[in-house]
Amino acid sequence: MITLSGIHKSFGPNQVLRGVDLVVPTGQSMVIIGGSGTGKSVLLKCILGLVQPDAGSISIDGEDATTAARDVFLARFGMLFQGGALFDSLPVWQNVAFRLLRGSLKRPRAEAREIAIEKLRRVGLKPETADLYPAELSGGMQKRVGLARAIAAEPEIIFFDEPTTGLDPIMAGVINELIREIVTEMGATAMAITHDMSSVRAIADRVAMLHGGVIQWTGPISEMDATPDPYVQQFIHGRAEGPIEAVR
Amino acid sequence: MTTLLLAPLRGIGRTTLGALAAIGRIALFGGSAISHILRPPFYPKEFLQALVHIGYFSLPVVGMTALFTGGALALQIYSGGARFSAETVVPSIVAIGMVRELGPVLGGLMVAARVASSIAAEIGTMKVTEQIDALVTLSTHPMKYLTAPRVLAATLAVPALVAVGDSIGIFGGYLVGVNRLGFNPATYLKNTRDFLETWDIVSGLWKGAAFGFIVAVTGCYYGMNSGRGAQGVGRATKAAVVAASVLILATNYILTELFFSA
Repeated sequence: MITLSGIHKSFGPNQVLRGVDLVVPTGQSMVIIGGSGTGKSVLLKCILGLVQPDAGSISIDGEDATTAARDVFLARFGMLFQGGALFDSLPVWQNVAFRLLRGSLKRPRAEAREIAIEKLRRVGLKPETADLYPAELSGGMQKRVGLARAIAAEPEIIFFDEPTTGLDPIMAGVINELIREIVTEMGATAMAITHDMSSVRAIADRVAMLHGGVIQWTGPISEMDATPDPYVQQFIHGRAEGPIEAVR
Repeated sequence: MTTLLLAPLRGIGRTTLGALAAIGRIALFGGSAISHILRPPFYPKEFLQALVHIGYFSLPVVGMTALFTGGALALQIYSGGARFSAETVVPSIVAIGMVRELGPVLGGLMVAARVASSIAAEIGTMKVTEQIDALVTLSTHPMKYLTAPRVLAATLAVPALVAVGDSIGIFGGYLVGVNRLGFNPATYLKNTRDFLETWDIVSGLWKGAAFGFIVAVTGCYYGMNSGRGAQGVGRATKAAVVAASVLILATNYILTELFFSA
């Protein structure tokens, strides 16, 4: 279980997070929705320790994330980055098996390659892709490779940062389905951030709406459409009028 | 009126403080790089790749620079020496000038232009495309994986480049001396050998090691601290080359004081 309590983060005078409280139950898929620039990515980065929160606490299964041994802590996570964040200098299979080629999870090279090809197959990519470089792949294929890398070491917790950004609707649908299938089959705790409502409906068990630096609403996906919360209603229906100011 | 007079001074003060702060940050970054070089985990594959990229692929540019510099130096010394009938000093001055100063400094500057820019652009692009964040989430420390191998490789590769550059530079002087200025080949080589001391060569190699360290540290520092987007990476690249070049020249003066002041 991931527990966030009173998370604050400012960048200069810009207060991005103003006391985020959120609980993500183990084995559940939580999707955080919210407009651009509301701090969704910052929140994920705070959990991973990529950004230090100014105040508040983060715990994973009761253990304080800031005091946990870094390598052991990060070994529990997998993350799919918005742009894939694949390493240009490495072929696809070495990107996928990055964690299996070094550090505490190191395996023999042949075994790591075999696992990488298996994970590529799991995300719908042929074994021939393994020896290509990221620059030779389409955007959709890069996302799939990113997804394969995120699940390669079988993490307990997987983060997805805008998993369908920049993809056509069909490819976005494919990625959403893959994420849902993989999360269910691995029994992992998932946390995704997106403003793509089709992703929300495909991936989420629970939804949290981040606005104004705090969680405005959280609940099961089944209750999202019926909630009277004006922020959620404006966001999910894409209305210009409502409590969320639309910059014109 | 006073404000008008003080404005330029304030500007100079601000720039000086900014430069000193930047040097301080680069020095701390360099210290951290050394500490990561000494502590495991080590990444030998990344080190070897960096060694090839920084050392082997810089050979042509360093070699060409040294060849033309050695030739030009021979011409200059011959023409200057003619004013007081000292043309015969050409071989020894070319040799001493190349191994003590021009070999390391010009080699360092050429490597700064070629390597500091490429390191800063590569790491800066990795930063803006979240590849550095991805490294962290994959339990890999960016200082260990990106900075330590490059800094170690540059510190070892640049002295080797300087040694090669020194030889080519002296050869450039020899070519001009023998073919253009009419020196006897055997006398030219004898004068070169006789007047060159071991410390002349070794001091140049130490300078090369210091310049290699500076090049890689500034490249990595500005890459890691690159701003957002293409403009941010462009600025980081420019800043890395400028900082590396200025630091090389300043360090050269300090090392020359240390090595040769009587």
